[in-house]
Amino acid sequence: MGLELIGITVLWLFLFLYVIVGSIDYGAGVFNAHSILTNKQHILSKVIQRYLSPVWEVTNVFFVFFVVGIIGFFPDSAFYFGSILLIPASVSIILLALRGSYYAFESYGAKGHKGYAFMYGATGIFIPASLSVVLTISEGGFVSFENGVPVLDYTALLTSPLTWSIVVLSLVAVLYISSVFLTWYAHKTGDMKATALMRKYAIIWSVPLIVAAGGIIFELRNHNIDHFESIMQLWWMFAISFVLWALTLRLIWLKRHFGAAVWLMIFQFMFAFFGYGISHYPYLLYPHLTIYDGFTNEAMAISLIVVFILGMLLLLPSLYLLLRLFLFDKKYVKGKRE
Amino acid sequence: MFFDDPVLMSRLLTILTLSFHIFYATIGVGLPFMIIIFHWLGIKKNDLHYILMARRLAKGFVVTVAVGVVTGTAIGLQLALLWPNFMQLAGHIIALPLFMEVFAFFFEAIFLGIYLYTWDRFDNQKKHLLLLIPVAVGGALSAFFITVVNAFMNSPSGFELVNGELTNMNPLLAMLTVSMPTKVTHVLATAYMTVAFTLAAIAAFRLMKGSETSYYKKSLNVSMKIGFIFAIASAIIGDFSGKYLAEYQPEKLAAAEWHFETEERAPLILWGILGEDHEVKYGIEIPYALSILAHSDPNAEVIGLNEFPEEYQPPLIIHYFFDMMITIGMFMLALSFVFLVARWRNWSFVDKNGYRWLIVMGAPLSFLAIQAGWWMAEVGRQPWILRGIMTVDEAATTAAYVDVVFLGFVLLYLILGIGTIVVLRRMFRKRSIEEDLAYYSGGDERWA
Ligand code: HDD
Ligand code: HEM
Ligand code: HEM
Repeated sequence: MGLELIGITVLWLFLFLYVIVGSIDYGAGVFNAHSILTNKQHILSKVIQRYLSPVWEVTNVFFVFFVVGIIGFFPDSAFYFGSILLIPASVSIILLALRGSYYAFESYGAKGHKGYAFMYGATGIFIPASLSVVLTISEGGFVSFENGVPVLDYTALLTSPLTWSIVVLSLVAVLYISSVFLTWYAHKTGDMKATALMRKYAIIWSVPLIVAAGGIIFELRNHNIDHFESIMQLWWMFAISFVLWALTLRLIWLKRHFGAAVWLMIFQFMFAFFGYGISHYPYLLYPHLTIYDGFTNEAMAISLIVVFILGMLLLLPSLYLLLRLFLFDKKYVKGKRE
Repeated sequence: MFFDDPVLMSRLLTILTLSFHIFYATIGVGLPFMIIIFHWLGIKKNDLHYILMARRLAKGFVVTVAVGVVTGTAIGLQLALLWPNFMQLAGHIIALPLFMEVFAFFFEAIFLGIYLYTWDRFDNQKKHLLLLIPVAVGGALSAFFITVVNAFMNSPSGFELVNGELTNMNPLLAMLTVSMPTKVTHVLATAYMTVAFTLAAIAAFRLMKGSETSYYKKSLNVSMKIGFIFAIASAIIGDFSGKYLAEYQPEKLAAAEWHFETEERAPLILWGILGEDHEVKYGIEIPYALSILAHSDPNAEVIGLNEFPEEYQPPLIIHYFFDMMITIGMFMLALSFVFLVARWRNWSFVDKNGYRWLIVMGAPLSFLAIQAGWWMAEVGRQPWILRGIMTVDEAATTAAYVDVVFLGFVLLYLILGIGTIVVLRRMFRKRSIEEDLAYYSGGDERWA
């Protein structure tokens, strides 16, 4: 495997992890806001708070990791994406900043303000939407060159059905991932009411998820036929993903093995995410930038990989400690330890 | 919209974001260190006061960390958005420390999460204290790695330039540049100093308001001592930074000193106004001092600004930034020294309101010195973004609407800044130290 492939695989893996942990976080915010609006707050807030409090900062680092990593491994992407993303990325940063800081402000300062919870939930919808635009742009067709500098065509982007189907998919995925996870977590806390509510959400969002995902593949055929064809060659990955989705739904439906359902759901997204990623190969920005012409020099690539391995040796035990203390500690999860 | 020039707006937005982030970053470096000291003192002396200091500070820390994290994330993305050409080039040479920094963040974030939510989960308080060490180390490493990047921008090395193409990259050598040692240590020392003086200021302020005396007195004494130690360190390392500049970036030192003609036995000029023909009016002139700062020798020759072509001369305004930093550094050094001597000799004037007001002033002044230091270092690099290789004009984005984005961030930082102050005030008001003391000392071993 070439260094380019190692680099993009590591990055794609971290982006995947961010999609999962980020979705849990964003979706939880949406459910929380929704439950306050419908006066069901007492059911969900506690469960959500207990999970979110210790981990939101770690979630954010996954995102930073991806951004810094892609600039390190593929410096040319800084030039291409940096030039075109000024507006969409700035919107994302501002939303992320408001979300992160208000989370801290609200949990430690002014508790229980409805406006905060509402804003917090709203950012949970807008952040995934604004981030997902980057995926759309990388499909090509929205970027032209003026004096050698890439320029984004906003009108084309905002009127393209592909854009909106990706936005819809990102939102539905956030809600689905989050509700499957929180069903399990609420079940672990022994909170029957919250489990039932989250289970209902998981079931509600499962079908739109598959519809939206199928819709995107359909849209791609009109938009980027190359990509569509390579997706078709990888049809088996998407088929596995679909089967995993059905199995998850079955477990949730039968109210059995919520923990296994979470794993199935994670693997479902993993197959789809990697199927999408592999079929996008070798392009970072279709058709202008591939992972081969954007790659860094060999010395830098090797040092980045070495640092990555050393870093993981440090990180994995620490992450394990964090999860053991908060996610798997029976007393903490049940709220007996604060 | 109001300013169409993307280069200018990119500069302004960078200044804005970095200057805002640096407040929180400084706290992120210095505060866990101070919490460790208090927590450790509390365990060692078996003194509830110190434990409570650690506990109360840790609560406030969460708020500043949150804003530090989100503004840091903003810089991380903005570097690529505003300076795409620079990041494309820099990615090839200096991506390594940026990447390492992410691991420092990870490390810090994980252990901070654990520390904050486990106050009452360890039977042994010392184990809980141990959790804070990775937080402090992670904070210091973040500062270390990012300052390594900045040092590289001031004194690039670790590659060869052949016909305008970079070749023969060595990422490790790019991290070990000549300006790195002084820069990194000066940044760290000043962060510790600033946070120590900030805690001293809070204590002095509460004492004047008549709060729980022995608690705040202890806090004041410890903070002033630590502040003094790091003020000395900052001044000594600052002197080394001056020597580095004289050797490798003489144009920056000359501009900062308004030193136009190359001469021996150069005097140091503080403040003043620049008249016509570069003559300085109303300045305070310290004979030989510039030669000493630059070369440790009163007779040494110091290169003047006129030796450099005009387009490579840094803006002369950095003189004021430099003087601000030095004046504040000397003032804080004197203030804490007098305080310690007075404590030792039992002089009581330092417990009078007049002196306490000076200590209170120390907090904003120290932060101002940090800002001034960075303004001087960064504006003094002009016109270069990567000294000798790429200018700011070449590096900036050409995208439209940077001005609109700038406005958006002004608003964002306003909200975050005001939010921080409001939340911190409310947090400490809601539960005064007297209440905390009563709560934790009621025979209840909650904290132990
Ligand atoms: C509390 C803050 C503070 C204080 C009291 C001082 N400094 Fe400083 N100084 C900084 C905070 C700072 C800084 C923010 O940390 C800088 C900005 C860039 C850097 O590397 O550190 C800096 C940079 C900096 C530089 C430029 C380095 C470069 O551009 O490469 C010099 C020459 C000095 N300092 C010298 C001094 C001297 C002689 C001081 C005497 C007391 C002093 N500083 C006090
Ligand atoms: C990757 C690292 C960095 C990059 C790419 C970078 C880039 C820049 C650029 C392009 C400017 C505008 C120059 C100007 O307007 O004169 C600037 C200014 C500034 N930077 Fe850096 N910088 C970096 C690191 C840092 C660090 C670590 C700090 C510390 C906080 C810092 C502090 C500042 C400050 C305070 C300014 C304002 C100076 C001014 O008034 O122009 N920079 N930086
Ligand atoms: C170019 C300049 C800089 C960039 C790109 C940058 C980037 C970042 C990012 C992305 C974060 C958030 C990390 C997370 O998600 O946990 C962060 C936080 C932090 N940064 Fe910066 N930073 C810069 C300048 C500085 C400087 C000059 C210092 C120290 C003197 C510093 C110290 C810290 C610390 C200690 C944190 C941890 C958060 C906290 O405790 O407040 N950074 N920075």
